[in-house]
Amino acid sequence: MSSISKSPWVIHYDGSSCNGCDIEVLAALMPRFDVERFGVINTGNPKHADILLLTGSINEQNKPVVQNIYNQMPEPKVVLALGICATSGGIFRECYNVMGGADKAVPVDLYVPGCAIRPEAIIDAVVQALGILEKKRAAMNAAAV
Amino acid sequence: MSLFTAILYVVLAPLVGGLISGLDRKISARMQGRIGPPILQPFYDVGKLFKKENLVVRRSQNMFMTFFVILSVFTGALFFAGGDLLLVIFALTLAGVFFVLGGYKSSSPYSFIGAQRETLQMMSYEPAIIIVAVAMFMVTGSFQVKDIVSYPRPLIMDLPGVFIAFLFILPIKFRKSPFDLATSHHAHQEIVKGITTEFSGRTLALIEIAHWYEYVFVLGVGYLFFANSVWVGLLMTFLIFELLLIIDNATARVRWQWMLVGSWGMAFLAGGVNIIFLMMRGYP
Ligand code: SF4
Repeated sequence: MSSISKSPWVIHYDGSSCNGCDIEVLAALMPRFDVERFGVINTGNPKHADILLLTGSINEQNKPVVQNIYNQMPEPKVVLALGICATSGGIFRECYNVMGGADKAVPVDLYVPGCAIRPEAIIDAVVQALGILEKKRAAMNAAAV
Repeated sequence: MSLFTAILYVVLAPLVGGLISGLDRKISARMQGRIGPPILQPFYDVGKLFKKENLVVRRSQNMFMTFFVILSVFTGALFFAGGDLLLVIFALTLAGVFFVLGGYKSSSPYSFIGAQRETLQMMSYEPAIIIVAVAMFMVTGSFQVKDIVSYPRPLIMDLPGVFIAFLFILPIKFRKSPFDLATSHHAHQEIVKGITTEFSGRTLALIEIAHWYEYVFVLGVGYLFFANSVWVGLLMTFLIFELLLIIDNATARVRWQWMLVGSWGMAFLAGGVNIIFLMMRGYP
């Protein structure tokens, strides 16, 4: 484990959803679970973030927003699709305005289903994302050499 | 007190400052009923930032921050070398100016607001710092830090009012509540991140390290008030730091008007009255 997996800073964006998962993400960040134990900080600033937590589905309106956030994050970065809405569109899939899950806008690294997703699952997903961060960093190094 | 201590500062201050910052996060977490991150967490954060991509709006914004870092180190080094207190204050101000300019240079609305507030903060703490220097001169008869340290009596005996004025502005320099207007370490989502909004990767890491240098320097100024005995000085410095954490966790952010009026009021009331007493007593 290098320092990159000891200090994951997250940013959270909620797409088109019932806001259930949105609230669960905030619940996972509260003092009771204390994710700061793992060095997790909710930055609210894409330029400082390593992990993008996406909840809710993608529609025409929020697609550029999500892409903008994604593009502003410095490499290496990981995208998590949290909740069934973000994985596939969920119960909103058939809606006239919904395009589908988060992968319609940005490349997703981990799909975490659940409706609503539980804080434990979110924390577990973030911890798994650390492994991916580590790999991406190694790939960056290899490309640089 | 010489070149040797200055070099010692340049080498050790990041370590000490990082530990201070880690302790701060741990103790704050405990005060809030959390477990908190490991003490070494700030080092992990900075280590990670060095490994990240360095995105910029303009390349020149990083240059300003580099100057900020260099001047922060210079400020502390001059202080720990036993140099002139007034020169130290000039260097401190210049470092702050570069920090603000870097924020303006990155031309994002968030860093603009952050830079404006940082300027207000500098305006707030400047009088108190100058009063500290002047009052120390009036007691010891010298602006040289090395003479102030070797003064036989603890300065706090002569300068209680000045010390209170200094305590009042301490949260500004540590970027802590109630004066964490420009960029805060705890309320992570307000005005996004203030001045540092547009900085990432290596530059952000350097800014963090510069803050560590500043922590050690500011605590060093606190130490001067008790400098006649090393152990009492260190103990009191630690207590000052503890007090800072308690204030940080017990207060909410104030509006900038309150910060300005409060710190100027404190500087001129507590510090000014103290100085008037010194003048009446006569000084060397
Ligand atoms: S997955 Fe379920 S709880 Fe989560 S946003 Fe979608 S509908 Fe709401």
